[in-house]
Order: sequence, then structure tokens, then C-alpha cells
Amino acid sequence: MKALIVGCGRVGSALAKRLQEAGWEVVALDESEEALGRLGEHWPGEFHVGHALDISVLESAGIRDADALVASTDGDNTNIVVAQVAKLRYEVPHVAARILDPARAKFYSGRGFDVVSPTGTAIEALTESTLGSVRA
Amino acid sequence: MFIIVVGGGKVGVSVTRTLLALSHEVAIVEQERDRAERLDEEFEHRAVYGDGTELFVLENAGITRPPDIVVAVTGDDEDNIIICQLAREKYGVEKVVARVNDPRNEPHFDLLGISPTISATSMVLALIEHEVPQHELVHLLELRKENLEIVEVEIKSGSSAEGKRVEQLRLPETTRLISVMREGKAEIAVGSTELHAGDQVLAILEPGGETELKRVLLDGKIRN
Repeated sequence: MKALIVGCGRVGSALAKRLQEAGWEVVALDESEEALGRLGEHWPGEFHVGHALDISVLESAGIRDADALVASTDGDNTNIVVAQVAKLRYEVPHVAARILDPARAKFYSGRGFDVVSPTGTAIEALTESTLGSVRA
Repeated sequence: MFIIVVGGGKVGVSVTRTLLALSHEVAIVEQERDRAERLDEEFEHRAVYGDGTELFVLENAGITRPPDIVVAVTGDDEDNIIICQLAREKYGVEKVVARVNDPRNEPHFDLLGISPTISATSMVLALIEHEVPQHELVHLLELRKENLEIVEVEIKSGSSAEGKRVEQLRLPETTRLISVMREGKAEIAVGSTELHAGDQVLAILEPGGETELKRVLLDGKIRN
């Protein structure tokens, strides 16, 4: 299985390593060359430098034959656009996007790609944790 | 009309000034605080401070009414796309206008059905092409909905196409020659039409086919 990770920050790089350890072929893509450092000294997968919305960059990173694409840049809007392009233009079988803003995360749910909202998850967990402390 | 302009840069500000002068009701959204404050002064409390891709900011600007038009002219193409999608799909705004900053992003706007779009870069480039007489390939017309474009190419002396008939050219599937203009007279390009140096050839093609067309028509006879 082949995964394309768009945005190789803390989340993207850790995810890339996990998938690679699980036996996936992983291609990481980031705007900055320095992001390669986050993948460790002996990254066995591919690493491409370029902008996430640049079609030529996405294509040379192999979006056409990717089984999965994860949009994990630090920009919600970039992730939303990349996810839609992956789904609608390239018909990547599995697409997931990180969307921090819970309002936008909700609006873009149910469009054929997974929406993961760390902020939403944190709100849920902290609410549960706080209310739970009283119940206990 | 009621119009929301998102993006308080030069374009957004000029658009807002003009619309106000035409007695339209306008709200302008700007995400940089200092700039938003200056705009609020100039436009008499019609500026809204905040990120125009946040739902509550758009709501502060009055998007739930909804406005007749939303104009997305920030400097980020991904933001302009999201603003237009939210306006149309969440708030039922009927008309959106988006600015494309980098022409390479145009396919994303098309893919997501966001139109009309305005790209200053593309317009300036098209104008320059027309003004440069020796330009190899000039874009004459873009048929965006049909995904076709019409270009003009001049056959150069010494090119591999010189002296060949149209049927001998190895044109890509997605490209057809329309006509050949020679000494001020145009004729429809058919298989037997022979190309001469100095001919102005019109071609119709799918965007992206320009490189191959240039290779077939303009490259020299001797290639290494």
C-alpha cells in the first residue's frame, strides 16, 4: 500500500513513520526541506519538497497511484483543498484531512474524505475529563 | 445590493470604494488588525476584523442575510476557495467572485466549480504575449467551460514543420489545426494543406498541450 503524506510537521512526520513501520510505502511532501529532519536520519521512503497545491508536485510525488493521502499541513484551508483535489480529481481511494477549526471540520465532514479535528477531539476530551472529575 | 468583500488588500479596498460610490451596501473583512482598523475608519464602520474563512467572522459580516455577492480577494488561493465554498454551500449565497493569485491554482477553482475567477497574472501575461511580435505561441481565446483553447503559432523558417502537409504532422490527439493564414489570406487547414515559413497557424487544443504543439510546429529539423 502506498501513502502520500502532504505536510510533514509533527503530525505528518510521526504518521509517516508509523505507516512505514507498518509496511507501507510512504511518500512525504513538505514546503520546506528542513522537514526531512523530522523523519529521522535513515528515512527509507521518498521525500519531496514543494507546495501542497501544486499539481506538478503532487503528481511527481505519486498522487495518481497512491492508495491513501493525508493532508496534514499547518493550514486548514490548504488541507481542505488538497483533500478535495485528491478525492475529486485523482480519485485517491482513501483521503483524510486534518482540520483544526471545529466549525470548518463539521462543514467539510461527509464529503468522501475523513476529517480529523485535533481541536474538536481536545474539546471533547477536556470536557469529559472535567465533568468526569465531579462525577467521580 | 449587499456585497461582502473578503480581503482588505489593494484589490479589496478598491472594489469596496467603487461599490460604495455606486451606493451599494458593503462589508469588508480583513484579518490583520491594524489594517482592519484603518479600513474601519475609512469606510465608516463597514470593516470586520478577522479571518474570513472562519464561520463566525463571515457571520459578523452579515453572511446569513445572505449577501447578493461575496467577493473573495485575499492573497491566498486556498482561502479564496474556502470562502466561496462556505458562502455558496453553507449560506446559500448565489454569486461569488474569486481572485486567483497563482494561475497554477486555476484548475482547483474549476474542479470545485468556483467561478467566475479573476487572475491578474494571467491577464497581464496574455496582454504581454500580444504585444511581443516574435512570441512563439499566443493564446487567443480560452473556452473555460469546454476546456479548450485557441492559440496562434507562426511557422519559422528551418522548423521541422516547414514544407510538411498537415496530415504528415504528428499532432497530439487533443490538438487540431484550424486555419492557416498566409500573405493576409486565411484558409481552413485540411490534411493536404502545406505549411510554409511565415504562416500563421490557428490551433484548438486542450490546455496543457502547448508544449507538444510547439515541439511539432516549431522545433528545428536537426535534433540531437
